[in-house]
Amino acid sequence: MTLQHYLVISAILFTLGIFAVLTRRNAISILMGIELILNSCNLNFAAFSRFMTPEDISGQIIAIFGIVLAAAEAAVFLAIILAIYREFGSIRPNEVDTLKG
Amino acid sequence: MQTLSNIDSLLHFSPEILLVIFAAAVIILDLIVKDDESVAVAYLSLVGLGCVFAAVLIIHFSFRNPVSLFEGMIRLDEFSTFFKILLLLATAATVLFSLRSEELDARLKGEYYALLLAITLGMFLMASSTNLLMIFISLETVSLTSYILAGFLTHSPRSSEAAFKYITYGAVASGTMLFGLSLLFGMAGTGDLTQIGGRLTELLASGEVAPLAVLIAITFVLAGVGYKIASVPFHMWSPDVYEGAPIPITAFLSVASKSAGFALFIRFFYTGFGATGLMEAVDWPFMLAIVSALTMTVGNLAALPQQNVKRLLAYSSIAHGGYLLMGGVLLTSEGVGAILFYLLVYLFMNLGAFYVVILVANEIGSETTDGYRGLSSRAPLVAWAMVIFLVSLAGIPPFAGFFGKWILFTAVLEQGYYWLALVGLLNSVISLYYYARIVKAMFFEDAGAEAASVSFSTGTFALLSVFVIPTIFIGFLNIFYTFSNISVSVIPMQ
Repeated sequence: MTLQHYLVISAILFTLGIFAVLTRRNAISILMGIELILNSCNLNFAAFSRFMTPEDISGQIIAIFGIVLAAAEAAVFLAIILAIYREFGSIRPNEVDTLKG
Repeated sequence: MQTLSNIDSLLHFSPEILLVIFAAAVIILDLIVKDDESVAVAYLSLVGLGCVFAAVLIIHFSFRNPVSLFEGMIRLDEFSTFFKILLLLATAATVLFSLRSEELDARLKGEYYALLLAITLGMFLMASSTNLLMIFISLETVSLTSYILAGFLTHSPRSSEAAFKYITYGAVASGTMLFGLSLLFGMAGTGDLTQIGGRLTELLASGEVAPLAVLIAITFVLAGVGYKIASVPFHMWSPDVYEGAPIPITAFLSVASKSAGFALFIRFFYTGFGATGLMEAVDWPFMLAIVSALTMTVGNLAALPQQNVKRLLAYSSIAHGGYLLMGGVLLTSEGVGAILFYLLVYLFMNLGAFYVVILVANEIGSETTDGYRGLSSRAPLVAWAMVIFLVSLAGIPPFAGFFGKWILFTAVLEQGYYWLALVGLLNSVISLYYYARIVKAMFFEDAGAEAASVSFSTGTFALLSVFVIPTIFIGFLNIFYTFSNISVSVIPMQ
């Protein structure tokens, strides 16, 4: 396994995440897409840290912080999805559309 | 530049520590006091902001040289002090607005003020971080807290929808930014912003890194920063969020969030890439010039047909982000100084305009331009204050907004960006139309027979004058302009 393998996988993950956010019609699936994006970044940091700066672990530390922030974001996102469900009775983004203009 | 170890940094870090202490104290006090005394919580957070303000000033005057704290994670200098003062003013104003706003549920106010203090902490860190990790953490702290605050009215569908749209756009933008940061980290092999530019320049010169890779990484980072300052094409969230969020939060996001975004933007691009030869390979200033022109044009054109005043001010705020970005493409200290000065002016005039929106929403119960009909006869002082704010936002002399724009446009012209200045000028003319529409509704339209005059308390007028007086006088006082110019002296330029 070289650095290129990891970078290709993380690029694929990132693209899949963006694709999921753009095409999915359910808030939970959008959240999953966002998680994919964040995890692709973590993979990048860990791989760069391992291959580019083997004596310095700061990239791996950034990846750990990335995991924590992804968890915090998921918590807030789920709370907001709950609020949306209470108000609109649906978690499909195209039905949550009263603000426009 | 002196770099301090973790323990030595704590004294210099005391404003931020105080913010954490007061945020915790606010939550504890909220548990103790009864529901009908929740005003005490707001006063405690005001006291906390006052203490933090004092701490910022004391630290600034006792350690005059810029220092790098926590082994180079954040930096304490005039630039961060400027933004800390700006953000504290914005937060204090937001607390006062929230006290007077009738939208918010009194029982939940403890969490609300604690979150406001937490978001201020995040913004402090945004203005001072010089490490990729710190940049991302501070940005996420601010973002996550503002999602919660935007959706704070849990019984209101509009507020929940605003939070939902905000977090969907925001999470993708910050994820994209993190991907860009990871690429930069990988190419440069370090997370230290002060070293990245130099390393990348060397690697580009020796051909080890392709210019396209750096351009892609910078564009990805721009997604995160651009979403914070609501620049095209990452501005779509802002009208919906501004319309749905509680009005004090809208005011806070439009001023504080934008200021912190610009602080991060200047730190990232100037400290990271300003003083290096990176521009020859990757022309990011030109890219930003295009973004700036598009941002103000889209903001102003979209504002024209708006009926909801919050939404109108949201588009106006996007347009102002475009004007401010003009200063960022120049690579001169005049340009960045103009951004800082304009942000200071913008703080007073925009918060003032939003305060009038709160007053009208409270007393007349309307957020649309129809609610402003005949305001000049129903509440003459408030109507005149609104005229001053709007005229200043449009950039007409003799108000502060004019001087801010004047300094900004002069800096742009000096660097020979004639087309950009022309676009900015045309946009200022367009913006006159929609600001004038509110003035017309207030002065030349009749409110109808049943509309009685509205009276406001003395406190309301006192708070209003806090915004009116600076909007009139800041332009005539040299000290503010000098202050913003001193603050940019620590930012490396070409």
